[in-house]
Amino acid sequence: MRAFARLFERLDGTTSTNAKVDALADHFRIAEDADAGWAVFFLSGRRLKRLVGAAELRGWLRETTGLAPWLFEESYAHVGDLAETAALLLEAGDPAGRELELSLAELVEGRLLPLRGAGPEARRAVVTELWARLPAEHLFLFNKIVTGAFRVGVSQRLLVRGLAQASGVEEEVLAHRLMGHWEPGADFYRRLVSPDDGDADRSRPYPFFLASPLEEAPEGLGSVEEWLAEWKWDGIRAQLVRREGRTYLWSRGGELMDGRFPELEAAAEALPDGTVVDGEILAWDGDGPLDFSVLQKRIGRKAPGPKILRTAPVALMAYDLLEDRGADLRARPLRERRQLLAQRIDGVPRTLLSETVVAADWPALAALREEARSRSTEGLMLKRLDSPYGVGRRRGDWWKWKVAPHTLDAVLLYAQPGHGRRSNLFTDYTFAVWDGDDLVPVAKAYSGLDQQEIEELDRWIRRHTRERFGPVRSVAPELVFELAFEGVHPSPRHKSGVAVRFPRIARWRRDLSVRDADSLEGLRGLVDG
Amino acid sequence: MTDRDALLELTDSGLYCPAGDFHVDPWKRVPRAVITHGHGDHARPGMGHYWTQADGVPILRKRLGRYVPLDGVAYGEPLPFDAVRVTLHPAGHILGSAQVRIEHEGRVWVVSGDFKRDRDPTCAPFEVVPCDTFVTEATFAYPVYRWPDAAEVAREVHGWWRECADAGRPAVLFCYALGKAQRLLAELAAYTEEEVLLHGAMVDLVQIYRDAGVAMLPTRAVTELGRGADFAGRLVLAPPSAGGSKWMRRFKGASTGFASGWMQIRGNRRRRGYDRGFVLSDHADWPSLVRTIEECGARRVLATHGNTDVLVRYLREHGVEAAPLATPYGDEEVDEAQAEAAEPND
Repeated sequence: MRAFARLFERLDGTTSTNAKVDALADHFRIAEDADAGWAVFFLSGRRLKRLVGAAELRGWLRETTGLAPWLFEESYAHVGDLAETAALLLEAGDPAGRELELSLAELVEGRLLPLRGAGPEARRAVVTELWARLPAEHLFLFNKIVTGAFRVGVSQRLLVRGLAQASGVEEEVLAHRLMGHWEPGADFYRRLVSPDDGDADRSRPYPFFLASPLEEAPEGLGSVEEWLAEWKWDGIRAQLVRREGRTYLWSRGGELMDGRFPELEAAAEALPDGTVVDGEILAWDGDGPLDFSVLQKRIGRKAPGPKILRTAPVALMAYDLLEDRGADLRARPLRERRQLLAQRIDGVPRTLLSETVVAADWPALAALREEARSRSTEGLMLKRLDSPYGVGRRRGDWWKWKVAPHTLDAVLLYAQPGHGRRSNLFTDYTFAVWDGDDLVPVAKAYSGLDQQEIEELDRWIRRHTRERFGPVRSVAPELVFELAFEGVHPSPRHKSGVAVRFPRIARWRRDLSVRDADSLEGLRGLVDG
Repeated sequence: MTDRDALLELTDSGLYCPAGDFHVDPWKRVPRAVITHGHGDHARPGMGHYWTQADGVPILRKRLGRYVPLDGVAYGEPLPFDAVRVTLHPAGHILGSAQVRIEHEGRVWVVSGDFKRDRDPTCAPFEVVPCDTFVTEATFAYPVYRWPDAAEVAREVHGWWRECADAGRPAVLFCYALGKAQRLLAELAAYTEEEVLLHGAMVDLVQIYRDAGVAMLPTRAVTELGRGADFAGRLVLAPPSAGGSKWMRRFKGASTGFASGWMQIRGNRRRRGYDRGFVLSDHADWPSLVRTIEECGARRVLATHGNTDVLVRYLREHGVEAAPLATPYGDEEVDEAQAEAAEPND
């Protein structure tokens, strides 16, 4: 654990990308294979699931620290992170006996994984013993691992760069090997950094290529003819892998979504083996797209029943072909991949070829983009026709060119602390608009202010708190903010009867008084369809 | 506080002692002000007359103006007030910081001002003053705040400075200009004799500490090095307000750190974007707050600053009469940073 703790300290102690890569590379050069495998597992955001429950962990913590439950909860609310709160409180305990040195693999494989089958008393015994015996400086990491909430501000890309630097294996190869399912351990790590990839996993997807927002005028991209324009759909980005008679559907986050979209898996049987399609899962009936709220009914449903399959049907909007007849196509130009894609998915049920939006020049394309909303899309995607399929978010070849959002002026009503690095600032806000003489909440927004504004608003909230409901505070209705959002749909779950999509703060309207805020009626007028 | 026995009342100008007709750390203009210490949220301009502990006199003059009507008194020496006996006692917060003890008709109230119990070579150590009512600060009143040993923190700072030097980078350490900077300079002397560079806002304050006989590392103003100076391997102290300013541009490739009690929480370290956070506070941590309240034997505790609710509830559960006192003293970290960084940059 010591080496991993040292790595964590170095990653946490710098904001420099290069310094993080160096820290990672240094670690992987010296770490034992088994430890390195687990380090990759945690650093790539994977979690040990179902070890112990958060509630039982809190119970053991209260027992161990002897704090009154309310004082423990207040401390937790102040720190904002359970693992950190626990570490800060536990460090206060007896320093004697904190001499248990375990390697990361010993800790995980020897102590933690066996907890899965164990009874509550056995789980408690193991965790509280480790709390008492691990060196104080390892408690935070240990708690992060146990609570399954390990995040250190290292992106997959940085991790891959660090591994590449240490192993000499190419970044693209490493990124690909890190996709899909694998069991961390010494063998996994040896395969990960081995020069040649003997045993390809048949389920393994490719790293997703991501677009960057286009902020400049598109004219800077050169001639419109060099670009493929298509609608920017708002669904679940996915990769459909068809190999050896089996189908695997992957989310962008690297989750295998098997069983969730049985109609797409069934449809994929019409694809030849060795085919990988990049696309977007959309709620779609025979004629066209359904509201995003329909898709939401499918999200998180692991085994949808017949009724939901009927009322919330989906389709795959195909964007790209990454593998054809078992050959990796990613280095080939997009125009070629698209041609092959059209051939391969022709006749495959529930699989649509993303429409190419053709325009003679940029102004004409910009005019077409204005139709985006009426087509239930967010704008256009621009992809360079001779570009390869890259890895991660690399600027230059793929751009998302969204339509300008809707805006509304709304009044701040409630605030609560954020998470992670904003855990002790009020950064989660609820906004309201006028419904007659009442202010009704219509949107929650978490982003859009700069750090200075956040801190200023945080102070204001603390001084203008009216009531407290747990972590939530209601504030005097005095401040007006302009919110940007993508659309409005009816929502019986909200008191206002509507829900806005992707609300975020556009700016703090210090020039407006509360009476100047918008009305619910205006918002209802924007309801899609 | 409406009880007739109260030696202090909260007015909209500040904490007022009717029996002695003076205020403690008032925030609006009043004729007579007793000041616990020189931080901006406690020592405000515009009072008719000031009293403070003798070591704090040059600090108040620096911050409020050279000619303000101000008397310094030694710790334990009574102030020239009729009817009430008022004495100042070490608070261990910064140079010249004092608790205010007020005795009247057999009752004793003590206002802690800001205080800490941890060792600090730059000021007199906190003195436990027995009292009936204790007005305490509660800036860090959560059990998660427990300070590490300052010498150990200074060793970490020194280690970071060495790492920066090895990498050919400047190390810019943000800290409050009054108190924290001097404490760091004193603690670091255990590890090196090397010169430390100062932001302009700190130069006079460091000199005041030197004049008071506090041993610290040698220092020099950044501006003395002139244009194009090489800062690689140098340690620079600056107030938090200098972060992100034009002034910072000269420190190319600098690693940045922040020394504050708030750095105990990782979220604070990360969102402020400093490379390193060092846990060093001039306020009482949770164990110190609890211990001090126990030791001073107060039957009643009034809590100011910050997290009063938690402390008040905790004390009530432990049989101590306690209530929050709404003051505008350093309500949150930002205020403290602002107040202390509001140093005139001369």
